[in-house]
Amino acid sequence: MHPALRRIGHFFTRHIDGVLLTAVLLLMVTGLLTLFSASNGNLVRTSGQLLNMMVALAVMWVFANVPPHVLQRMALPLFGLGVALLVGVALFGEIVNGARRWLDIGITRIQPSELMRIALPMALAWYFNRNEATLRLRNFLVAALMLAIPAALILRQPDLGTALLISASGAYLIFLAGLPWRIIIALGVAVACSMPFLWSAMHDYQRQRVMTLIDPTADPLGSGYHTIQSTIAVGSGGILGKGWMNGTQTHLDFIPERTTDFIFAVYAEEFGLIGNLVLLAMLLFVIARAMMITANAPTLFTRLLAGSITMTFCTYAFVNMGMVSGILPVVGVPLPLISYGGTSLVSICISFGILMSINTHKKLVQT
Amino acid sequence: MSELSINPGIEIRDSERELQRFRGRLGLLGIFALILFGILFLRFFYLQVIQHGHYSTLAEANRISVLPISPHRGIIVDRNGIELAHNYSAYTLEITPSKVADLNDTIDELATIIDITPRDRRRFRKLMEESKRFESLPIRTRLSDEEISRFAAHRYRFPGVEAKARLFRQYPQGEMFSHVVGHIGRINQREVEQLETEGRLANYRGSDYIGKTGLEQSYEKYLHGTTGIEEVEVDSGGRAVRVLSRTPPVSGNNLVLNLDAKLQEIAYNAFGDRRGALVAIDPNTGGVLAFVSKPGFDPNLFVDGIDPVSWKELNGSIDKPLLNRAAAGTYPPGSTFKPFMALAALFYNKRQPQQVISDPGYFMFGGHRFRDGRPVPLGAVDMHRSIVVSSDVYYYTLANELGIDPIARFMEKFGFGSRTGIDIIGEAAGVLPSTEWKMRRFKQKWYAGETISIGIGQGYNSYTPLQLASAMATLANDGVMYRPHIVNYVEDIRTREKTPIEPKPLRNLELKPEHLKIVRDAMVGVNKDGTGARAFAGAPYVSGGKTGTAQVIAIKQGEKYVESRVAERHRDHAWFIAFAPADKPTIALAVIAENSGFGARAAAPVARQVIDYYLLGKVPNQPAPSEDN
Repeated sequence: MHPALRRIGHFFTRHIDGVLLTAVLLLMVTGLLTLFSASNGNLVRTSGQLLNMMVALAVMWVFANVPPHVLQRMALPLFGLGVALLVGVALFGEIVNGARRWLDIGITRIQPSELMRIALPMALAWYFNRNEATLRLRNFLVAALMLAIPAALILRQPDLGTALLISASGAYLIFLAGLPWRIIIALGVAVACSMPFLWSAMHDYQRQRVMTLIDPTADPLGSGYHTIQSTIAVGSGGILGKGWMNGTQTHLDFIPERTTDFIFAVYAEEFGLIGNLVLLAMLLFVIARAMMITANAPTLFTRLLAGSITMTFCTYAFVNMGMVSGILPVVGVPLPLISYGGTSLVSICISFGILMSINTHKKLVQT
Repeated sequence: MSELSINPGIEIRDSERELQRFRGRLGLLGIFALILFGILFLRFFYLQVIQHGHYSTLAEANRISVLPISPHRGIIVDRNGIELAHNYSAYTLEITPSKVADLNDTIDELATIIDITPRDRRRFRKLMEESKRFESLPIRTRLSDEEISRFAAHRYRFPGVEAKARLFRQYPQGEMFSHVVGHIGRINQREVEQLETEGRLANYRGSDYIGKTGLEQSYEKYLHGTTGIEEVEVDSGGRAVRVLSRTPPVSGNNLVLNLDAKLQEIAYNAFGDRRGALVAIDPNTGGVLAFVSKPGFDPNLFVDGIDPVSWKELNGSIDKPLLNRAAAGTYPPGSTFKPFMALAALFYNKRQPQQVISDPGYFMFGGHRFRDGRPVPLGAVDMHRSIVVSSDVYYYTLANELGIDPIARFMEKFGFGSRTGIDIIGEAAGVLPSTEWKMRRFKQKWYAGETISIGIGQGYNSYTPLQLASAMATLANDGVMYRPHIVNYVEDIRTREKTPIEPKPLRNLELKPEHLKIVRDAMVGVNKDGTGARAFAGAPYVSGGKTGTAQVIAIKQGEKYVESRVAERHRDHAWFIAFAPADKPTIALAVIAENSGFGARAAAPVARQVIDYYLLGKVPNQPAPSEDN
């Protein structure tokens, strides 16, 4: 190969993790196939998603080329901006579907909670990294506060799903940072005890979602409808599935939001248990690879950030599939890399780009 | 451990222990992730393997919708094939209330392109109250082609409004047959429950109508037919995507009646503007030839739900057009009871035919004077003459001699005081008085004095015109009694197979022919030179008859006091029973004309016209008898 070409090739691939990229591409192809069926063969929508994927992969490449120390420097300002925007939402946000989640910044509307998904783990990782030598209980309290502020602001919007998932990403990080076991146990007991109070603090629609999970048939045409229909889709898929483009629940319009949050119902109906095992294997493969990257990350900042990213990805996948198969309440969480939608794709790919960056900048850091 | 040694160059400010602790925790999270995915796998296994059958069924149930196809209802024709109830296809404009934002606005809008009367609106409102919201309900029926095309052009403006081609039930003969053919109407909740207990509800999926009265009700099972099924694949909005299978409906069977529509018409018109009833029966089979209750009503009003104003008018009318007088109206039989009393006397051997009773114009019993209404006493009366001239005293004394319970036992055999079992619903039983009846009804013993007026068909006696016609037919048929039936046979519309409603002899009264002859001869005498002679003057056939007068004591409770009609409604009811031809009767009938006075004058001419047509085909050309005071 010509040296110039090789150099160009090297420029594009030197910070890309081939293993992770392969798994991500496989999942994306699966997503496109499922979306094509879910949208009843709508080429416009499917090619739109293909474009989203291109953009997301480009963004991933960009982030893979950003050295971790740059991210580390950006962590606090980004977090500050995120909190400021969330406060802005609380004060001036637009109400859409009964929730104040959007902020009009003149040019466009943004959803600051999306920014927080990546800003919070970065900020926490930065904080622990800064205090690595002298880690005390006090530092964990500060970290908890850093977690609680955005979580509370998002919960207020109200957006229980995002608040819980952002809290989870922070909680994984604090756990990895070495939160003492006695505190973990004490917290567990405290959470269990506060459940009744949490219940009374919930909004009606949130309670209803929880009640729907316990007995979806109580309101089959209302809030239970999603769960009932998606569970039927999954169950009726059987071992081998009904075949691609052949799902009756899908194609006769029984699954609501079947290209976005409930796309897994389409997949499970058409590809069955075998397909589900393949998908679980692919997702586990991504998680395993990300765990390896985490374990070998060079600094505390990168370790904690990579660990949080890994577990957040795992949690998103679990929560989405659990919701579709009727063991978790309906919270608006997409299935990573499969669900239709550019925002979710880009934010997932940013996190994979960060993982790749962490994995490929080690030697640069060392030298 | 070996992994750590791979990266010896990493500068870790803390000890190796810190990294190891981190990796330990990461390992725990790895196990946590595996547990989460394990839970998902178990859930998928449960749903997709263990519960697969259950969810497959649910998915199929989602996907496949079974649509009923309603069958055509059988038609009803008279013995000559004249249609009394038939179907015609027409467009209706239907609104599904649940799909319409503002019902009144929509109807007002519709009214700008299609004629919608206040009556249509009232009827629609009433239907709304009685139905579920997701049903589509007719706002206008029988749209013209022009109206349909006008609606089609504006259709986009009316979501939730549809023009549907439907079969309509129509009763071309109108009020004349209202009480015998009856009518259909929209199925109500009570009928749904009834169908459910009988296990027939499934067959009514897709049916909006059910027989409500008359033959439409009693022959519902034959008329309705079998609902067909179309299996269609539907989407979540319930829209049909494609047809999977189809079982065509089976049309209901037709009813062919014993009734003669022309005979019915002649009888109906013969009443003129009087209220009354007539039942004519073929004594040899029990087949009902005419079944009139006047006034009737237009049954077509009821088919799509009657509007409240029309209903109030019918239901509140002093003429009681909704009352089926022939089967559910009960009246004292008056002197038409006398032939049966004479038979009872012969049966019990209490009186010989030639035995002469002295009729001084009254009968004294227990210090009470039972009078005969006529100015000149009859004097010596034997059985024949007692019927021909209708002696009261003869039957006062006879009743006294027989006693109430023997009379009741004998009359019971003729069907007095019990339902005949005719093939329409809503028959009244009437009252056949006896000691036991009085004890049951009033908790009082029977007084011998009460028996006297029973002999002339007054007192507690109370029977329907149908019972009297049936008794007359039995007497005319030598004591062999048939169950009266309106339907001759049920005809399968496809195979043309006929299922006859068998003439079923109910019982043989085992009457002696010589006894029957005495009474029938006397009845022939009535029409020849007795109370029926004037009405049957010049008839080319020999007939038997008996007049009667039922006393009306007072206006019944619940009726409004309307001065102009009171006097008329105080008058007696006129009865006439008859059979012809005398030697081999083919028709037996009972007529009652309400508040018309003496039977010979108002009721017998009706009977004459009916028998004339039935035996001779003669259509009356003179106007119906008008009221003469």
